[in-house]
Amino acid sequence: MGFSAVVETPIEGAAVLATVADPTCGAQVLFLGAVRNHHGGREIAAIDYRAYRPMAEQVLATLVAAAQEQGVRAAIVHRIGRLVPGEVSVAIATASAHRDAAYEMSRILLERLKREAPIWKLEVGVDGAAAWREDEPLVAGSSP
Amino acid sequence: MRVTVLAFASLGDALGQQLEVELEAGATVADLLAVLVARRPELGALIGRAAVALNRAIVPAHTTLEAGAEVALLPPVSGG
Repeated sequence: MGFSAVVETPIEGAAVLATVADPTCGAQVLFLGAVRNHHGGREIAAIDYRAYRPMAEQVLATLVAAAQEQGVRAAIVHRIGRLVPGEVSVAIATASAHRDAAYEMSRILLERLKREAPIWKLEVGVDGAAAWREDEPLVAGSSP
Repeated sequence: MRVTVLAFASLGDALGQQLEVELEAGATVADLLAVLVARRPELGALIGRAAVALNRAIVPAHTTLEAGAEVALLPPVSGG
């Protein structure tokens, strides 16, 4: 089984990548998502990530298992709590024998996470005003 | 019967993050949502946009609830 977690502490990308490394895999891809200092013309001071944690943990584990079933080793770690611009909110590591599968699965896992994991951003502007980002209707994992 | 409702993001702010709701035996997810909207009509649009998870899995509105169920109201998400 691959590794997945929802954490409240800083994400070490190299450590996440190390969980998928394997002598059978000639390709390893590490994607890091970081907090951006702007959104929609607004200057962002911080993002407070909130989750329905037990369900989010289940969804991440399901995504990792789905990758493994397709022959791609995978790990996903999502951080919650208050993050400032530049801090890493999500790490996705994939590894496969050849590069195409690892690159492609990295993207698929991120897109699925964004639609299937019950995680929300509370954006805090530099003026102190906070606003929920509610972007994507949540879908069940079996949906296309 | 009583069910536990967990509300997240904007709905958590509006309804409280956790509440207990009394329903008729055999009530469905749709019945629960109707009770919540009847209490707080101004939240109808927000509640209508939310996905509903029963015991941590997304379910359709016709799903029957049981006493003690944990029902989560999940507005559109923004993880990543």
